Amino acid sequence: MGIYLPNPGEAHINGVIVPEEKAYEEAAKQFLMAKVPTLFPGPLVLWDWNEKAAKKATAIRHLYNTLKECVQPGQTPMLIPMPDYRPKYPKINPEVEINPNHPNLTIWHNKIDCCMFIGVHCHQANLSLKIIRGGTSCYTIAMCAQAGHEDAMLSFRDASVEKIMKLAEWVRKLKGTVQPRLTSAKSGASN
Amino acid sequence: MSKERIKISEDLYDIMPSDYQDLVKSATYGKEDRGWKDIGNSKELIEQHSLCAGCPESMAFRYILASLPNPEDTVMVGSTGCTSLVFPMVAVHNIHSLFGNQNAIASGLKRALSVRFPGRTKDVVVLAGDGATVDIGLDMTLQAWFRQEKFTTICFDNELYANTGGQESGLMQKGFVAKMAPVGKLFDKVRLPEIARESGCHYVVQCTVSKPSLIEKVVRNAVMISREIGPTYLQLYTPCILEIGKNSMEGLQEMRDSEKPTERFAYKEFISEPAKELLAELAAKDKEKKAAAKQLAAQGA
Repeated sequence: MGIYLPNPGEAHINGVIVPEEKAYEEAAKQFLMAKVPTLFPGPLVLWDWNEKAAKKATAIRHLYNTLKECVQPGQTPMLIPMPDYRPKYPKINPEVEINPNHPNLTIWHNKIDCCMFIGVHCHQANLSLKIIRGGTSCYTIAMCAQAGHEDAMLSFRDASVEKIMKLAEWVRKLKGTVQPRLTSAKSGASN
Repeated sequence: MSKERIKISEDLYDIMPSDYQDLVKSATYGKEDRGWKDIGNSKELIEQHSLCAGCPESMAFRYILASLPNPEDTVMVGSTGCTSLVFPMVAVHNIHSLFGNQNAIASGLKRALSVRFPGRTKDVVVLAGDGATVDIGLDMTLQAWFRQEKFTTICFDNELYANTGGQESGLMQKGFVAKMAPVGKLFDKVRLPEIARESGCHYVVQCTVSKPSLIEKVVRNAVMISREIGPTYLQLYTPCILEIGKNSMEGLQEMRDSEKPTERFAYKEFISEPAKELLAELAAKDKEKKAAAKQLAAQGA
């Protein structure tokens, strides 16, 4: 019962275990279809606390730049940080950041319809993914450095610089082959 | 943790909200002689807060955070109350504890940090309201002092339960009528500074937060003594202007009025003999350092 997490070399798409290669293709497709494809880097990559973190940050920037190059007019990729996990009072500024305790605010405000979490500690990613799934129609992807996330619609595991770069390659490979959802009334995030 | 580790990844620097960029660029982490005079010249370790306009507690927060001698290696333990609304906006590691449990949490935390980081100074500072310190958490507060746990306890004394509408607290003054305590307090304000002294605290101060330089001095003393000798306690009057019927501009005057020699928040200080020796030692070192700096400056000129 329930969703099994993928084994090494695998990923899951909507709870179905698939070879990792298939997940790269699907994630790239979802990004290219979305009106506002967004990357949410978390503290594990935003802070330069070791060499690996800095390299992942570089790879994320590369993925973002690739997205910007590969989307069509009308699509607006975004890169929005999750700098820390504390609830922000009186409120967060959803234009510039996302918070795991109310991630839906950022999704709604920017009309994000496809997002990927990376560098977010698993328990906070789980919390965010549940809230997003429950309160919006945004497609969620997790590039998890551990065992993956059952709450994401698509989840990789054992995230590394190479995997982020490979996803960027897939985005480039599928450039121009995917029809964006620009005209669909149901395309944007909704509450 | 040293300041060098508080660094944003270069490739994602531009997307970080400005408050985080400012913290890295101009906060006073790692600065040896940090103090309240840094306020206005550097990034404070508190962002906007959700306390009421003019709340003296916000002043207290700013002075305390500016005065902690080692903020990058300090963990603050909070409890339920107005203070817990502020902690999410504070750039010092902090833990929110179960109501009243703060000194028990701090005890375990301090011990764990000593084991985990044996060669490094790690300070623990409890900051809670009078309800958490004196009523609901009195057991945990006293037991930590009896055990001589090496951390500082700071009580923001506003003399009632403020954010639940004004119920009577142990630190409320006798006869005071609050919104949710219409009969008036029937017994005296609990004399916690005296209890703290008798319970083994090596440095106890009761004062208001009307003077930033005083807060800087007592916070530094309390943290340094708790680091080397044993528990310390600060009781700071931070009146709830709403509950005592004052306007937002009147908090400072209320504190000034209450700290007069005959009033209930007249400055009170108890220092144990070992703590006195330590403070004298620190003062001598400070003097030496200043003299050396002066000499160096003279040579340079």
